[in-house]
Amino acid sequence: MSKTVVNVANLDVRFGAAHVLQDVSFSLSAGTTVGVVGESGSGKSTLAKALVGTVPAAAGEIWVDGLDVRHATRSELARYRRRTQMIPQDPFSSLSPRRTIGQTLAEAIEPGRGRVRPHQDRIVDWLERVGLEGAMMDRFPHEFSGGQRQRVAIARGLILNPTMVIADEITSALDVSVQAQILELLAEIQDSLDLTMMFISHNLAVVQRVSDEVLVLYRGVVVERGPVEQIFTDPQHWYTRSLLEADPGSPGFSLDALPMASVTTPTQ
Amino acid sequence: MNTTTKLPPGRRLRWNGTLIAGIVMFAIVALIALVAPMIYSGQAATLTGESNLGSEPGHLLGTDALGRDMLARTLVATRTTVLMALAATAIAAVLGVGFGIAVWLAPPRIRNLGLRLIEFFISYPGLLLAIIVAAILGQGAITAVIAVAVASIAGFARLTANLASGIASRQYITTARLLGVPGYRIAIRHVLPNMAEPMLIITAQAFAGALVEISGLSFVGLGTQAPYYDYGTLLADSLSKIMTNPILLVGPAVAIIFVSMAALFVGDGLAAAANPRSNAKQAQMSARVDEGSSLDVPTDAVLVADGIRVSHIESGREIVSDVSFTIGRGEIVGIVGESGSGKSLTASVVSCLLQDGLEASARRLTLGHTDLLGRVPQAELASRIGLVYQDPGTALNPALTLGSQLTDVLRTRLGFSRREARKALIAAFKDVLMPDPEGRLRQNPHELSGGMNQRAMIASAMSVEPELLIADEPTTALDVTVQREVLTLINRLNSERGTAVLFISHDLGVVRRLCDRVLVMQQGQIVEHITSMDDLTVERAQHPYTKQLLAATPVVNVDSMEDA
Repeated sequence: MSKTVVNVANLDVRFGAAHVLQDVSFSLSAGTTVGVVGESGSGKSTLAKALVGTVPAAAGEIWVDGLDVRHATRSELARYRRRTQMIPQDPFSSLSPRRTIGQTLAEAIEPGRGRVRPHQDRIVDWLERVGLEGAMMDRFPHEFSGGQRQRVAIARGLILNPTMVIADEITSALDVSVQAQILELLAEIQDSLDLTMMFISHNLAVVQRVSDEVLVLYRGVVVERGPVEQIFTDPQHWYTRSLLEADPGSPGFSLDALPMASVTTPTQ
Repeated sequence: MNTTTKLPPGRRLRWNGTLIAGIVMFAIVALIALVAPMIYSGQAATLTGESNLGSEPGHLLGTDALGRDMLARTLVATRTTVLMALAATAIAAVLGVGFGIAVWLAPPRIRNLGLRLIEFFISYPGLLLAIIVAAILGQGAITAVIAVAVASIAGFARLTANLASGIASRQYITTARLLGVPGYRIAIRHVLPNMAEPMLIITAQAFAGALVEISGLSFVGLGTQAPYYDYGTLLADSLSKIMTNPILLVGPAVAIIFVSMAALFVGDGLAAAANPRSNAKQAQMSARVDEGSSLDVPTDAVLVADGIRVSHIESGREIVSDVSFTIGRGEIVGIVGESGSGKSLTASVVSCLLQDGLEASARRLTLGHTDLLGRVPQAELASRIGLVYQDPGTALNPALTLGSQLTDVLRTRLGFSRREARKALIAAFKDVLMPDPEGRLRQNPHELSGGMNQRAMIASAMSVEPELLIADEPTTALDVTVQREVLTLINRLNSERGTAVLFISHDLGVVRRLCDRVLVMQQGQIVEHITSMDDLTVERAQHPYTKQLLAATPVVNVDSMEDA
């Protein structure tokens, strides 16, 4: 049994009166990927933010890599966030348009001064590892395609050798063929670095491909969690089953019966 | 060609008439400011006996009470006036941007206080504020500059704070924060450089304002004091002679207008250059006659599109090349492809909603017996083609209730009365199985979920009973369970009413479930036409691009090893 990196117990997050996450518990051992699925408003992104401590928890415990995230000091949090990286969703707004790729990566290494020159070798090395060329470090984001930008965002997330990476819908803005390349890249890097990863996505097929374990969130509650094969082939909770049936790729999918519009209202 | 087309619009400076005129005018002003004092300062200061002359050879704009040539004085005054206005603008810009950034960086409570303070100063007219400050500081050129600068700070501060809060929500800012980049570094590296364009525009406008305000202060005697002079003092001196020698006013008056127009032109020109859409040529659609049509037109075709071409007017680059297809009654035809494949552009040609800057042509584009390439009345289009867009959140106006905005088409285009339109919409809402249709009419879009809003959009599109429904990625923004509901709905309306559907999507899984036929597009061309959904597999698809798309599309696998 490898080392436990993440341990979340009875986590509650509230925004005012709204209960965004309720009694969420899970743990994650080093080198594994947990997929988080659920519909919009189910609390997927809030869970990620609570993990890095940008959204305060109302109750419960969050331990990541030996740190009590809820009760950490500012400087502990700052150091912790360098070890736990978020890769954002939209490659078009996650890179500053007026900074070169090299400057963007240098900023991750050295947030205060952001000098490029002393870190050039490391930047070139990472650009090559994500399938770009070292010479691209002097270019600006608008010269790149969406997939290339997402590669840069991944390089930025990994250049500090983090223990954990949180990928929040990182392929949903990409075309399918680019998505396939990015997923392959992530799998390669994860193997070589023994990364622990939280992969948030609304796309079940993608989650199935990358995850070892899956958490199914429904209205802020984990309704089902388990190994990926079990969740996909033998779902226990009705919500997990309805998610699977609604996927156009699943055999249960049908356009025959029109269900009455679900009475769900947007989460307050 | 590739190197220029790769640059996104807005990265290159888009020259336009206004900008060129402004720059030329400004160059003239700069030249005068530079040269005039060297050449004419003697003439402008020389007292002669020829006082109060009108326009005559040698003194085109007359002479003042002390016999000094007004044209020379106006030209010489340009340097002082422009330098004062520049100084005031520069001080205001630096302090205003600094204050705006400080407000943005401050903790929420202080930020709100700062924003209220800015609003308080904005609500005062600039000139009035400048007069008050000048009155407190006393007379003189420098105090006038300070007064005008102080009066313009709030404008810069407000723009900076607003732009900063807009930019702050971008992901690169949040990411930089998470990485531990200090706030002031974020401001310098990410926030300020990204507000350069609007800043430049407002600076040009602020300069024009400062010029007028400084002239105003000098005019009332609070600005430049003798023996120095600027446009304002010249104007004040000549105003007393307005009845006896009106020509004296011409010099300073024209000069003030010319310089501020130059600045405003530069500002407007920059604004137009920063917004590439503003000077795009109007979209054109035309018929084209050429050989090479290989389209088989079935007799029951509702829509016939033969040889659609779309190109960029300015560069002439072709974006969609020779796309042909037909849709029969009761048929659902899908167009799939990745971003940039031209699928949405094709749909926009069919719906006659091509965006400006593009031109389209086709050998034939007909809906029933109507030629869509000719002039089709809006009302007819609205009643025969229904449209459903990707994001119901942005397609609906948040300020209006569903009832008032979705009955618009029925009332304005089809001449329904208010009550008839309401009834038709309620019936359409019932058709899409919206719970409590009457209640929904009174609700605003934000009170409903995305899926419910998309239902409302479909209901509205179908309420006119169109022959063709164009759905452009209608489920991309929706969750899977809601996506299935919306697809089911489209499927049912199609089979019950026989509406032809053009379904644009990037999702092969969705298309396979819904469509009768599929066109695969790549780089503006149809590379494969799939007529049976059984052929939409890696093994049976013909074109390598289709195979590649299919292979890249992840599919859930819900079969465990034992049961099949």
